Amino acid sequence: MMIKFGVVVFPGSNCDQDCFYVIKDVLNQPVEYIWHKETKISGFDCIVLPGGFSYGDYLRTGAVARFSPVMNAVKEFAEKGGLVIGICNGFQILLEAGLLPGAMLRNKNLRFICENVCLRVEKNNTSFTNLYAKKQVLKIPIAHNEGNYYLDKNSLEELKRNQQVVFRYCSASGEINEKYNPNGAIDNIAGIINKQGNVLGMMPHPERSAEKALGSEDGLFIFKSIVKFTQKR
Amino acid sequence: MIKPEIYHSLGLRDEDYQKILKILKREPTITELAMFSVEWSEHCSYSRSKKYLRFLPREGKYKVLVGEDAGGIVLDDLAVIFKMESHNHPSQIEPKQGAATGVGGIIRDIFTTGARPIALMDSLRFGPLTDSYNKFLLHGVVDGIQFYGNCLGVPTVGGEIYFESCYSGNCLVNVMSIGIAKRNKLARARATGVGNSILYVGASTGRDGIGGCSVLASQEFCNEVITSNEEKRPSVQIGDPFTEKCLIEATLEAINTGDIVGIKDMGAGGLTCATSEMAAAGGSGIEIELQNVPRREKGMESWEVMISESQERMLACVKKGKEKEIQNIFAKWDLNAVVIGKVTADRMVRVKDRGKVVAQIPADALANPPVYDLASKKPDYLDEIKKLDLDKISLPKNFNQVLLKLLSSPNIASKEWVYRQYDHMVQTNTVVLPGSDAAVLRLKENGRGTHLGGGTHLKGIAVTTDCNSRYCYLNPYRGAEIAVAEAMRNLVCVGAEPAGITDCLNFANPDKPDRYWQFKECIRGITDVCQFFQIPVVSGNVSFYNENPQDAIYPTPTIGMVGILPDINQRCNQYFKNEGDEIILLGICKEELGGSEYLKEIHSLVKGEIPELDLELEKSVQKTTLEVINQGLVNSAHDCSEGGLAVALAECCISRRSWSTDNREKKIGCKIDNLPSALKTDALLFGETQSRIVLSAKKSAVNKIKSIAQKNNTPLRIIGKTGGERLIIETDKRKVIDLPLDKLENSWRQD
Amino acid sequence: MLEAEIYITLKKVVSDPQGLTIKHALESMGYQKVIKDLRIGKLISIKLEVNDKNKAEKLVNEMCKKLLANPIIEDYKFRLKEIK
Repeated sequence: MMIKFGVVVFPGSNCDQDCFYVIKDVLNQPVEYIWHKETKISGFDCIVLPGGFSYGDYLRTGAVARFSPVMNAVKEFAEKGGLVIGICNGFQILLEAGLLPGAMLRNKNLRFICENVCLRVEKNNTSFTNLYAKKQVLKIPIAHNEGNYYLDKNSLEELKRNQQVVFRYCSASGEINEKYNPNGAIDNIAGIINKQGNVLGMMPHPERSAEKALGSEDGLFIFKSIVKFTQKR
Repeated sequence: MIKPEIYHSLGLRDEDYQKILKILKREPTITELAMFSVEWSEHCSYSRSKKYLRFLPREGKYKVLVGEDAGGIVLDDLAVIFKMESHNHPSQIEPKQGAATGVGGIIRDIFTTGARPIALMDSLRFGPLTDSYNKFLLHGVVDGIQFYGNCLGVPTVGGEIYFESCYSGNCLVNVMSIGIAKRNKLARARATGVGNSILYVGASTGRDGIGGCSVLASQEFCNEVITSNEEKRPSVQIGDPFTEKCLIEATLEAINTGDIVGIKDMGAGGLTCATSEMAAAGGSGIEIELQNVPRREKGMESWEVMISESQERMLACVKKGKEKEIQNIFAKWDLNAVVIGKVTADRMVRVKDRGKVVAQIPADALANPPVYDLASKKPDYLDEIKKLDLDKISLPKNFNQVLLKLLSSPNIASKEWVYRQYDHMVQTNTVVLPGSDAAVLRLKENGRGTHLGGGTHLKGIAVTTDCNSRYCYLNPYRGAEIAVAEAMRNLVCVGAEPAGITDCLNFANPDKPDRYWQFKECIRGITDVCQFFQIPVVSGNVSFYNENPQDAIYPTPTIGMVGILPDINQRCNQYFKNEGDEIILLGICKEELGGSEYLKEIHSLVKGEIPELDLELEKSVQKTTLEVINQGLVNSAHDCSEGGLAVALAECCISRRSWSTDNREKKIGCKIDNLPSALKTDALLFGETQSRIVLSAKKSAVNKIKSIAQKNNTPLRIIGKTGGERLIIETDKRKVIDLPLDKLENSWRQD
Repeated sequence: MLEAEIYITLKKVVSDPQGLTIKHALESMGYQKVIKDLRIGKLISIKLEVNDKNKAEKLVNEMCKKLLANPIIEDYKFRLKEIK
């Protein structure tokens, strides 16, 4: 069974083509672009909000994109249980849209960081991570200016209590502490999921580590997990 | 009657003005005068360099494409388009916006050919960081590049940064971009077909960079300007990468329809340059109405609209009847696309403002400014500066200290803290990341993401920029030759066959004969070495007047170069991979210290004859390296450049990139115990003899490598073995270098 | 016509590294004794085709909550002034 992906294109998205390429040419699944002015989306199993600088991120990352017509459709899609993954800017848009809790601050060193990092899988019983082992260390790069995830104390406790933390920044051996936190994110959080388990946001770019030629294939298994989950569904 | 003071202040000389009178057979209007002044400025017209640029070779192994604004080479059914351009003066005044708009401009030159930009490189030069303004410039420029390039989604995959005191007061910001297109989908920058429409596309016009072209870019900075940058600031343009990103997508979509006859960036010289050059290139005329030009500011005069350098704008010639379809594509991306005129048969650029003709100039005459040859004379400093008695240079007692100092010197130290701020992975093509001799990109199909031909296309390209300007100062001819040879060597080290050059020629005031001599000598060097290797120069840029009252910059002919990898799976990079590999040095070591980083950093001398360049030897070393890499016989390859053999070896040990900030993947040390012993130790370790490449290979591969070297007549020497956690170098059974890798790495990596 | 000047800053509980950097810079220039705190933010000015201050206040509040500020990390305040 083929799983159909939709990659949303906002003006300023710049990882849309990379996600499209991985899904079509590496994963060999059907995929279509969804223009941000679309008001209806149908026939898709999974929607990808790609990375980039939607609307230049001139006000706040993701702040303007969340008002794009397509976002109402994405919300409806998610409410019906459809799978949504937001990568980097896509994660920031999900936060602004309120589909995931929290907000993004500038990286603690105030610089854009493009770098290979290690992530630990904190939760593998999700639609997006079912092919990983728990505590598996993944090599997936980051590239962002605002990846410093923030949440007030109570909300953080709630997030942890609900087991919504999916990825944390870690050392190559899976150790988690401030030393291995590239951007200052609270509790080393790199990716989270909503309570219902169908909306994932992550700062690292799995589409950039989905082929051997790029130094790591770890990211591909997120897309493969989505396929596996949907086929079973 | 136009007074000489007026046209002088616009940068036009008396003889230029006489020519204008002859062309028009009357006095120019103010608008016409402004148009001549921008189009005939050195910045737009190359009038002072054109005569010599013609000598640069245009042919090589790969078919060359030379367009109006950028050039490239043909690779199968793809065109690889590339160009490098300077944005020096704007960056000196406002580093962030100067560098950002430099990136924007070069990117537009690439995508207006129909090619999708796939990479950026930056070659940057500043004065010493001990001066806080230079530090401000460095950080501002890096910030501008990351601000613009990251937003566009075009990876910045490498470049170079050098520091020399001559760049204080005149930093260099040279940006290169590479794009790919289907060969049959390329667009030209010309207007043809009488009655076709002229479409203004992109951002609105304001008073940005009014006079920036002739006043800002073609005047050397005088004292007054340096102390009052505040006043200059308004003529710097502000970059808008978001609009540019939308322009890229919309333009490529529009060109793909086949209804675009020609398209051109409105960069330096704005509408003037775009109308006159598109008309001249197409053998046509263009008539425009200024009232239709979208504007951001009120009350702009017609001459201001004609020479404004507002960013993120383009001019397109569209087939009659297809305007609406093209406008719809731009409208989808929320971009202006307004018909402002049409193509005419009379070969005139005619500008109307509310129906009244304000300028009427023959396009050819405007677009083909007078070409000068200027007086040149060998500079006086050269004879003095070449005197260097090696015997008088005291031998350091502790070579470990020297090596650590060199590794931490700004010219050699790791630039990871810079390229970490650039998104160098977006588009997922970067298969050799920044930090090796050259970056390698695999080639996916232009456009929306499928592999070429449906299968896995294994070809790739490698890119590098190079210039040791200190060499060019000490010996302009050979320095330029070395810049090309080293760029080639860098490409060869990652497994790419050198294929084409774009040059960015940064020089001081050409009206001074000794500076012009430097320019001519460098061109001669590039020409000769390119002819020898049959490497074409496909595009380029000249930036003159890079000087301030204290100093002229070193002659800096930056070479941007593209090479072809037959198979990206055979790519190579510079760091050691395994314990127990044999370390092989191709080439020979000579006693050459002139112009070296060692002399400058350790002995505070910028002196001496620079290293020799034996072209036959260079060719043979490169041929052997390429063959052994392509046959998969070696595990690493690294060129010896600044800091010589010792620095190259240290980099082989410590430059491996890691996945975690702390738990770095294992670094591999080495022991070197078979070096030629007849040389002075400092020359052996830190001399910068050309045509040398350090390889590492499994023992079992060594015989094959030897026989390839023998066949190509390449000098080869096995100098040691990889392994351990130290860098050890012995000569005459004496350890001259013995350092733990951590210590080397700490000196080399800086934040 | 009214003009709204909207100031957006990070909440007090959220760390402001940009502000801290600038504070340190000023301190190193000799202002260490006189600076107690420094926060950085953005200024957005909006010219409104509205003359009624109450209505304007309501509108600006709405704009801030919807788009201009992110309530999780940012505070905003604004003032309205008459312009010609």
